[in-house]
Formats: sequence, structure tokens, C-alpha cells
Amino acid sequence: MAMIPMQHGLLLAAILFSLGVVGLLVRRNLVFILMSIEVMLNAAGLAFVVAATRWGQPDGQVMFLFILAVAAAEVSVGLALVLRQYHIKKSLDADQASEMKG
Amino acid sequence: MLHVLWLIPALPLAGFLILALLPIPRRMVPVIGVGSIGASAIVSILVTATFLSSPPPGNAFTQHLWTWIDVAGFRPHIALYLDALSLVMTLVVTFVSFFIHLYSVEFMAEDEGYARFFAYMNLFVASMVTLLLGDNLLLLYLGWEGVGLCSYLLIGFWYQDPVNGVAARKAFIVTRVGDTSMGLGLILLVQHLGTLQIQELMGRASAQWGGGSRYAIAAALLLLGGAVGKSAQLPLQTWLPDAMAGPTPTSALIHAATMVTAGVYLIARSHVLFSLAPPAQLAVAIVGAVTLLMAGFSALTQSDIKRVLAYSTMSQIGYMFLALGVGAWSAAIFHFMTHAFFKALLFLSAGVVIEALHHEHDIFKMGGLRKELPAAFWSFLIGSCALAGLPIITAGFYSKDLIIWSAWARSPWLWAVGIAGVLLTSLYIFRLIFLVFWGQPGAYVVRRPGYAMTIPLVVLSFFSLTGGFVETPRWLGNLTFFSGFMSSALPVPEEVHSGMEPGFSGGIAALAFGVGLLLAWVLYLRSRGFVSALAASSIGSAVRRLWFSDWGFDWLYDRVFVRPILWFARINRADFIDAFYDGISLLIEYSYRALRLSENGRVRWYAAGVVAGSVIYLAIVLLGSTHR
Repeated sequence: MAMIPMQHGLLLAAILFSLGVVGLLVRRNLVFILMSIEVMLNAAGLAFVVAATRWGQPDGQVMFLFILAVAAAEVSVGLALVLRQYHIKKSLDADQASEMKG
Repeated sequence: MLHVLWLIPALPLAGFLILALLPIPRRMVPVIGVGSIGASAIVSILVTATFLSSPPPGNAFTQHLWTWIDVAGFRPHIALYLDALSLVMTLVVTFVSFFIHLYSVEFMAEDEGYARFFAYMNLFVASMVTLLLGDNLLLLYLGWEGVGLCSYLLIGFWYQDPVNGVAARKAFIVTRVGDTSMGLGLILLVQHLGTLQIQELMGRASAQWGGGSRYAIAAALLLLGGAVGKSAQLPLQTWLPDAMAGPTPTSALIHAATMVTAGVYLIARSHVLFSLAPPAQLAVAIVGAVTLLMAGFSALTQSDIKRVLAYSTMSQIGYMFLALGVGAWSAAIFHFMTHAFFKALLFLSAGVVIEALHHEHDIFKMGGLRKELPAAFWSFLIGSCALAGLPIITAGFYSKDLIIWSAWARSPWLWAVGIAGVLLTSLYIFRLIFLVFWGQPGAYVVRRPGYAMTIPLVVLSFFSLTGGFVETPRWLGNLTFFSGFMSSALPVPEEVHSGMEPGFSGGIAALAFGVGLLLAWVLYLRSRGFVSALAASSIGSAVRRLWFSDWGFDWLYDRVFVRPILWFARINRADFIDAFYDGISLLIEYSYRALRLSENGRVRWYAAGVVAGSVIYLAIVLLGSTHR
């Protein structure tokens, strides 16, 4: 199997991460914001895996497993919060939850 | 027995605390107020008896109570120092205070602030005794400020009348000018001699500073500034006549007998310093001489009975300053003692007159009170004779005569001023007597004094007559009990009296007294027309106005100090220094308003902030690494 250059992998991770950030900033729907965060997390995971392959160390893969676990927890907590928010506001618009402005 | 010394200031202080803090039933107030002073007077009599019968080693006794401050080698103690000087002053102060307190029991009986009055008076006595017994100048300064505070509180005792409040503030502020000067003097002394303990200080002063040293002169002049303020001498004398707004016992105790002589005590206490600074000592003599004449002229024109006595107090303290200035230290203290008796007596009997005539102060509305108020008349007459120096039988004659005779040694001019002062004193005080007690009855007597008021009059009359027999001149028995006793604390002036016999000087003084009396009799009893004609003439009325207004000092100070400050305060209503700080707070408020806009509660906005921050941070790191 031909080695994919590390730069390519990292570039893909960076593009995914940037897409996640842009999604986080432009989306107003809370569910989409959560999904953008997932994309960002996975971009970071991908960067770990690429780096681990490059140096032949298993630590990166282990770290990705942790990230998966954290992402699962995050999604469950996040979805619960989104549901509560929907119950209160009858809306999923993130900008509506702005009562704590200075 | 000397170890009970601390009780002398502690008892009045306890009286003050009880009266001020506990709800005392009205009939118990005089028991505590007078009792504390009486106990204090008894203690000081016991201490005096012990001191006389078995003098402590070195004729001085120090009672160390505790260390007040201990910082960087500066260690003032709370310690009491008893020598002949402080003993005499303390004895007279507690003794006279007791009788004035007794008098106040009746005088103030119907006043609303009965307990408040006695609380202030007790605090005053405690502070005054602290001032006298203080072992170091800092403790003396504490007492000094304490009596100033009580003076302020008691002048403004009837605070409902704004005039009294103004008089109280004036007294406080004018004496503060002197106190500031004294404070600077203390700082100078600590700076250069490293201690404030009086005996040590005097020793170091004469060891380190030679006679006529610049520092000695500066320190002595600064202390003189404090003394001048407290003792109402030129140029800080303007507060004393207005201080008569207080109740009459206050005027008797604080503004005649005791507090105003604190300046005399201060100079006598630091006599070594003044001896090292001949120009400063000369300044003391000149201040005294000028004040005694100017106050005498002012007293001639006053119409308020208490203001006449106030100017007379200034004039008599001028005599004491004159004595200090010519180095007759014990004569000054002798005159302080007799003055405390006869001036307290004069004020108390004036208080009887004022009370009897329903708070009438104007002497031109009085008259013919000789038969109506015999007790007040006789005690006032005795006090006046002692004040003016009726020869042989009154105390004032001996003390004043000693001062006048001592002044000759320094300068015949000072002697002449002293003699002129006797004539003036005799003139103004007998003018007062003839106007108040002779002539047509002016006002009706509504109240006669009871025992609590007459007993102090009798006792003080007795001492005004006999208090002088502790020291008589050579031509009259040559008793030197007082100066002999004082010689352990104060230096005896050297005997270099050329060309002036004490008997001759005394004779001239007696003559001046007689001339003044005769003049007063002619001018104010026989032919009143002459004085009114004189006052009506243009020069006469101008001079009268000048004297009546205390030589225009109030006017001068009003123009030179009060108005410019008020003017500056008016134009600076917006306070330009404050504008700077206002500017800072405005700037902060505007930036707060601007930054508050960013805190809009939107999560996406915050996330954008985080992203922007990360991008900037990454850019800096990456660009920085590529440059390197």
C-alpha cells in the first residue's frame, strides 16, 4: 500500500476543521452547530491518526478512541441540552438564547 | 504617697466617661461632675503635702505608667512628671476648677445640657492636668489639643444660636494656627535632638546647641507660636473676646484661669530652650508688653461685661509673658496663681450679675447693683482690687509688682509699659465697677445667688486677698517662700538691678493704681459728660471704634485671610484638581459602555471571538517561526 504523504492527510484534517468552524459560525440551528462540532472533533482525530501513521506510533490511534468516547458523551449531553432548549423556547435558534447579555 | 499622682488626671477622666456614656439621673450629675474634681483636688493637696514634707530626690518625681509608642528609637512614654512648677500649676488648676464646678451646679441648674456641661468640664480638667503633668512634649501636646477641643465644645455649648457656633469655630481655627506652629516645633526638636522627654530634651539642647544657635531660636519661636495661640497674645488674640459666648463658668475656668495660661506653662517648662535663644526670649517679652497695652486700651471701650474681662485676661497674660521674656520665671508662675484666683472670682461674680439681671451683658444697662447684690459686689470689688493691684492687701499687687520690678533689669521701657498697664487696668476695671454697681439702677434683679454660688465667691475672695503673702518684696517683709520653692524647677534671675529700688517701683505702681482709680471715678461717676463728649468728637469716636474692635485685627484678618480664601473657594467651585479624577472615571465609564456591546449573549458571537483569537495567535506563531 502506497504511503499517502502526511501533508495530504493533515491538509484534509485542516479543511475538515475549517468547514466545521465555518458551520459553527454560520449555522443558527442548534443541531447543526452540534454536528459542526462533531466535524471539528473528527478533523482533530484524523490529524492524530495521520501523525501516528507517519511515525509508526500507536498513541495517535489510542487518542482517537478517546476522542470517539468524548464525542459520544458530548453528543448525548449536547442533545439533551438542545431538547431542553427546544422545550423552553419552542425554537432551535441559538441566537434566541441570549438573555445573559451584559 | 506620690504614687497616687496618676489619680489626678484619671479621676476627672472617669467622671467624663461616666457622664458621657451612662444615663445618669439628673440629680446625680453634680455629684459625679463635682465629686470627681473634688477628689482630684484632694489628691493634689495630698501630693503637695507629701512633696513639701518629704521632697523626692532631685525635687522631681516621675511616674512611668506605660510606653505609648515605640518606633525607630522614638519612644514617648505615658509618664507623669512632678516638680515644683507642675505641682503649683496642678494644685491651682484642680483647686480653682473644683470651686468653679461647685458654682456651676447652681448656675447651670436649669440648663437642658446639664450632664453634657459637666462631662465637657471634667474632660477639660483631665486634659489640662495631662498637659501640666506630661513628662514629654508629645503627652503635653495631647493635653494641649484636649483643652482646645473642650474649649471649642464649651464655647459652642449653646449651639442652637449660630453666633455661638461661629465663635467656637473661630476659637478652634485661630488656636489651630498656633498649634500647627507648635507641632512643627516638636518635629524640629525630635529631628535634631531625638527625644521629646522634656528634661532629657533640655539637657541635650544645652549640650548640642550653644547659646544663640539658629536651631534653638527656630525651635523657641515655633513653640512661642503655639503659646501665643493658646494664650491669646498678639497676633493670635482675636478668638478670646468671642470665646465669651460660652457659659460664664466656662469663661472663668477655661478662658481666664487655666487653659489660656497653658502658653505660659509651655514657655516656663522649656525655659532652657528660651534661655539658649535670646532673640526668641526678647520676642516673648515684646509680645507680652504690646499685648498688655493693646488689650488694656481695648478693655476701656467695651460694653459687654464679659468682653471687658476677656481683654483684661489678655492683658494679664501679657504680664506673664513679659515676666517670662525678662527671665523672671517664677514671677510669671506667681502671677498665674494669683490671676487664677482673682480672674475666676471676677468671672464668677460677673456671672452672678448676669444671671441676676436675666442674661443682661451690657454694662450701660446695669447700675446701682451695690445694694441689690452685696455678695457679687464685694467679691467683684475684691477681684478688681487684686487685678489692678491694690497695694499691700491684695495678691495681685505682689505678683504684678514683682514682674514690673524684674522688667527694669531688661529694659526701662518694659518697666514703663508695665506701669502704664497698671494705670490702664485700674482705669478700665473701676470704670466697670462704677458703671455696674454705682449710679442709677438700670435693670431689675430677678434672681439672687444661692449657697453653691456664694461659697466659691467667698473662698476665691479669700485667696485673692491672701494668695500673695507667699512672696513679698524686700521692702515688705522679704518672704521668699514661693520663689524658694520654685528655684528647684526654674532658674532664679540674677540680682543685677541697678538703679531701681523694689520699693520705689512698687510705690510707682501703687501711684499708677491710685491715678487710674481716681480717673475712673472722675470720668465715669462724677462727670460722665466729658467721656461722652470725647466719644462724640471725630478723633475720639475713631479711636473708640479702633479700640472697640480690638485694633481692627478682625477686620485685617478678614481681608487678608478669610476673604481671599472664600473668593478662591467660590471661583474654584468646580474644583480643578477634581476634574482630573472625574476625567479618569468618565473615560472608564465610556470604555465600559463600548465593551458592553460585545457582551450580547449570543453563543455564535462568542465562538467567533474564540476563533478570531486563535487565528490571530496562530498567525503570530507561524509568522514568527518562519521569520526565525
